[in-house]
Amino acid sequence: MKILVFVKQVPDTDDVKLDPKTGNLKREGVQSMINPLDANAIEAAVQLKEKYGGTVAAISMGPPQAEDMLKKALALGCDEAYLLSDRAFGGADTLATAYTLAKAAEKIGDYDLLLFGRHAVDGDTAQTGPATAAYLNVPQITLATSIDVQDGWVICDRNLEDCTQRVKAKLPALVTVCGEINTPRYPTPINIMKALKKPRTVWDAAALEADTARTGIPGSPSSTKKVFEPEKRNTDTKYFEGSAEDMAVQFVDMLANEHLV
Amino acid sequence: MAEEDYKGIWIFAEQQNGVLNPVTLELLAKAQELKAHNGEDIYAILLGSDVKALAPTLIAHGADKVIVAEDAALASYSARPYQQAMTQLAEKYKPSIILYGATSLGRDFAPRVMVSLKTGLTADAIDLGYDEDDVFYQTTPAYGGSILAHIVILECRPQMATVRPKMFVPLEADESRKGEIITETVSVDAEDSYEVLDVTQKISDHEPIDKASLLVCGGRGIKSEEDLKMLGELAELLGGQVAASRPIVDNGWLPHEEQIGQSGATVKPDHIINIAISGSVQYQVGMQNSKCIISINHTAGVPIFDISHYGAVADYRSLVPAIIEEIKKRK
Ligand SMILES: Cc1cc2nc3c(=O)[nH]c(=O)nc-3n(C[C@H](O)[C@H](O)[C@H](O)COP(=O)(O)OP(=O)(O)OC[C@H]3O[C@@H](n4cnc5c(N)ncnc54)[C@H](O)[C@@H]3O)c2cc1C
Ligand SMILES: Cc1cc2nc3c(=O)[nH]c(=O)nc-3n(C[C@H](O)[C@H](O)[C@H](O)COP(=O)(O)OP(=O)(O)OC[C@H]3O[C@@H](n4cnc5c(N)ncnc54)[C@H](O)[C@@H]3O)c2cc1C
Repeated sequence: MKILVFVKQVPDTDDVKLDPKTGNLKREGVQSMINPLDANAIEAAVQLKEKYGGTVAAISMGPPQAEDMLKKALALGCDEAYLLSDRAFGGADTLATAYTLAKAAEKIGDYDLLLFGRHAVDGDTAQTGPATAAYLNVPQITLATSIDVQDGWVICDRNLEDCTQRVKAKLPALVTVCGEINTPRYPTPINIMKALKKPRTVWDAAALEADTARTGIPGSPSSTKKVFEPEKRNTDTKYFEGSAEDMAVQFVDMLANEHLV
Repeated sequence: MAEEDYKGIWIFAEQQNGVLNPVTLELLAKAQELKAHNGEDIYAILLGSDVKALAPTLIAHGADKVIVAEDAALASYSARPYQQAMTQLAEKYKPSIILYGATSLGRDFAPRVMVSLKTGLTADAIDLGYDEDDVFYQTTPAYGGSILAHIVILECRPQMATVRPKMFVPLEADESRKGEIITETVSVDAEDSYEVLDVTQKISDHEPIDKASLLVCGGRGIKSEEDLKMLGELAELLGGQVAASRPIVDNGWLPHEEQIGQSGATVKPDHIINIAISGSVQYQVGMQNSKCIISINHTAGVPIFDISHYGAVADYRSLVPAIIEEIKKRK
């Protein structure tokens, strides 16, 4: 079985700052990491490989520094890594991102299973997986909380708003995983060493035979027009005062006024 | 084709087993505002088999036209037949806007339509409208901090977005509203590569948090699971439930179902008590429409107080036990 796992490099913080002048991300001092759910996707792939045999390739579109993250993916058990890196890929929305990822999947070829995180913590659109499935015209299972493969079908549980589903899709298929699916292992020092010897490939737009009118900014119908601070809804806050006991009395008076006690 | 040749505000009418998802009616209400601006008709797009009976409800809630496309392959949702059907309809009618609920189904489906129509799709918008330059924009929270972004789709049509449930209030049903029901035939391939094997309805020992009338919510400032139990006790005394901001869920102290915010649930209870929560944008989008907002935080000036009706600048470890004791005293 040939499994492709798609991993994104994201900033290692919840508290990214914007440059007030340019409206761009301030990147100084912000470390990068592998998108957390993509580590779950890698773990799912490696467990399937351990069970049924096969290979796992990690693929990322990103700047050259994303190599470091791909080394981590290799240390977590992937067999080879592909970095899709070209200035022409920068500024992509999900249509252009999925186009580029699908081009790489086609170039690698013969895949059985494509694994994605449900969403990335920074852009957080959760659109890249289904859009890539559409380019490749394969069925998809989003929001998977378990995964297994039997007789050429991938079988997953899905966690939805008001129910859980058990579904199956015929390979080749694309699955996006939730955090509940597993607990990613830690890379051992030995595996980190071994990872350095595993094959890593970098592809640019020409190598992918990608149409650069469909990648990066030119290939992105959506764009950010402005970023701004939300309007402060200046609610007239009534503050409770005094010691904890005083506040508690005022607090419970308020609850009584609201007919809660 | 020029942009101005695309006309019509389309709302994907999400239904499963003949039951409309409430987000559809919310979007029909919001569409009235867009129509007031651009003068275009509002269409509800109803895909399924044997779903025509839902059309009058859509008209009563604000659709000018309902396009019904029925096919056995659309009986239950699967991505590819739905993608084919929506693509064919959009290519025929050329709407300027298509909105989907940002539900698990809408977010599974809409990105595929984006690819086949080669257009943009804004994810999980919390608001929409026309800006000062007359450009249609969608608002999404961005970058973990106190920032919102306007996403625009300038040159491609239709302009598409998935929109968060519970952002808008549906119109009252008006049975006397007139509308047109259009029946369309689509040519879709039966999906033989995807199958739902089993469905288990979620049963929980309490109501889902978006149905509770009172919520006591804990944030990163809560020091231990013991303390979280104390919040549970307060909630119980007030007939409500416990929920949380993301760090508590990340800790594994509460299940994801009980997380409020951008990547969790949207709630609108009568009362919400925020304890040791700072009030990030991502948290606020999930609860800002609550009727009465009460917050306890030991740091004055944190953003949660900006939207609170009542505030206590205090350490919850002394205040919450005192409140519990005071309530018990009065019972
Ligand atoms: C504030 C903000 C708002 C945005 N809003 C929109 C929008 O509304 N619509 C839109 O089309 N784009 C939008 N974008 C752009 C979008 O984030 C990028 O297109 C990005 O490349 C896709 O990232 P994501 O975080 O949305 O990924 P998601 O779709 O959330 O990621 C899901 C999974 O896709 C895979 N994946 C994603 N990116 C890569 C990659 N580069 N390499 C390998 N695998 C990957 C991973 O498995 C990941 O877990 C926005 C960006 C920002 C910063
Ligand atoms: C893409 C994305 C999606 C996100 N989605 C969500 C989401 O759905 N929901 C969500 O909540 N977050 C979400 N976040 C995270 C969000 O940005 C914040 O990090 C998070 O909401 C902070 O939670 P908090 O207020 O509990 O913690 P903090 O911001 O750390 O606040 C803790 C507060 O506790 C107070 N405190 C500490 N000790 C005490 C004490 N003893 N007594 C009283 N007060 C005390 C502190 O003063 C502080 O204000 C998301 C982030 C990103 C990037």
